[in-house]
Amino acid sequence: MIRRLLMSVLVLFGISIIAFSMIHLSPGGPTAIYAVSPNIDARQLERIEELLGLNDPLHIQYVKWFGGVLTGEWGFSYRDGRPVTEVILERVPNTVELTLASLIVAIGLGVPVGIFTASRAGTISRWIANMLTMTAISMPTFWLGLMVILLFAERLRVIPSGGMFTIGAEFSLADRLHHLIAPALVLGTPSVATWWRYTHSGMVEVMLEDYVRTARAKGLSERIVTYRHALKNVLITLVTLAGLSLPNLFSGALVTEAVFAWPGNGRLLVESLVRRDYPVVMGNFMVITLLVVAGNLLADVSYALVDPRVRFE
Amino acid sequence: MEGGRVWRRFRRNPLALAGALLIVLLLLFSLICPFLLPYDATRIELHNTFQPPGVFPHILGTDDLGRDMVARLSYGGRISLAVGLCVALGSAIVGALLGSVAGLYGGYVDTLISRVIDILLSIPLLPLLMVISGFVNVGPLELIAAMVLLGWMGVARLTRGAVLSLRDSEFVTAARAVGSGNGRIIIRHLLPNVLAPLTVATTLAVAWAILIESAMSYLGFGIQPPTPTWGNMLQGAQRYMRTAPWLAVLPGILIALTVTSFNFVGDGIRESMDPKLVGRL
Repeated sequence: MIRRLLMSVLVLFGISIIAFSMIHLSPGGPTAIYAVSPNIDARQLERIEELLGLNDPLHIQYVKWFGGVLTGEWGFSYRDGRPVTEVILERVPNTVELTLASLIVAIGLGVPVGIFTASRAGTISRWIANMLTMTAISMPTFWLGLMVILLFAERLRVIPSGGMFTIGAEFSLADRLHHLIAPALVLGTPSVATWWRYTHSGMVEVMLEDYVRTARAKGLSERIVTYRHALKNVLITLVTLAGLSLPNLFSGALVTEAVFAWPGNGRLLVESLVRRDYPVVMGNFMVITLLVVAGNLLADVSYALVDPRVRFE
Repeated sequence: MEGGRVWRRFRRNPLALAGALLIVLLLLFSLICPFLLPYDATRIELHNTFQPPGVFPHILGTDDLGRDMVARLSYGGRISLAVGLCVALGSAIVGALLGSVAGLYGGYVDTLISRVIDILLSIPLLPLLMVISGFVNVGPLELIAAMVLLGWMGVARLTRGAVLSLRDSEFVTAARAVGSGNGRIIIRHLLPNVLAPLTVATTLAVAWAILIESAMSYLGFGIQPPTPTWGNMLQGAQRYMRTAPWLAVLPGILIALTVTSFNFVGDGIRESMDPKLVGRL
């Protein structure tokens, strides 16, 4: 367990080095924004560099910068001068909301269908299932999103074409859900396929075990055998899958947010990259990595909690 | 496992066969079409914008600048397919070499390579690629290089595991006894044994690379216009979705078809190489 934690710290450390070198490799360096201003001459530019400590050796700059990162001083946005932490943190709940909603979609659709198809496995149903899951996995989510907007927002006008709530309207749960449903479904679709596959093959495997035969021999109904006995063991794999799919969903959320104009960290990343707002880009990138690393860690921990046989060596 | 038996099993899998056929058709479409058409993918006809599909001579219509969609789709296909194939092959080569070095040498080398794999695997790929291309101007070659550098870990893990299990087997000891060096052992004796899973991983990696490239280009951080790729064609299409939906539909269908085909073929090869898997979802 401690090794896993150390590993995560190491990853974040590596990311911080990448972030730091990116800022220094960026076209024009950290003072580019001042250099283009007509009101600042070369002497003032030198003074700014002096004040920002840009004349120190790189490793000293890195230590100073890293200290700032640890204490929450992530710099200021080039666009509106707000602290980077503030700009980023106000987006995090939105991304988490979208990710969790799509996880619920994936589990809610994938697991029941997997249990069902496992109970009547045959050649033809297997091919159909195989084809559907493969297609869902291969579907580019952003294009699926575009098609959903085209069909349901532009043509049928049953859903809004983007955003998180109706602008100018009072807060209402129904309005929020109305905006959430399309992006959550689109982001969840590839995962539905994964959940289905895992549940299906897990159930097929477990149903052949001795203890399931014993349960049947006791005269228990198929229903109880399926849900009480077999499903419990499949759950172990599913819990791991939940952790594993979190990082994927976060990454997928980046693209989905861009399609549906969802104000989360992915959209912020795209916006800030287009504006060349480097402090926000780097901070945001580090937060996204942090979320992903946390997801991985969560997967390991939950795996150990659910399955007593697993111990971290 | 000899080729003939694998092919016989593969042939009996209709999905994989259909995928292989589609890949051939898509390759032919993007390789040959640009030569047959009287239009260039970048030729602008401002009097001919937003022509819907189905009208001669622009069979699939024209886009917002009056460029012919067939030309753009086939030309974009070249780029998208080339990126996918190069990234997959590149990461297979890098991954196989690093993986077998880690497995064969063991010790510090192994620890170092394995830790690098662990770290790279836990970094979210798409945002990192986006950030890189936000700072550096990315052309097709740079994009391929970046994706190879961040995509070799899966193959490396697979190769390392296989090499570890083969390292002490008799044929390796025999090769060593007749004086073969480590390089020769890796290339002549170990890698041929990993070829089967390597083929599967590489085929699936093509699908993965095409998906990532198209997502990047769609967001505007991949290959830049006027060079058309299926991804960046979709980028402009979102604005005209109400008036010209075919601009958004067509490139996406091609992406989905290509990715699905490669996934089916990869899965088909896996099943035909490992009879235990047949019958499982």
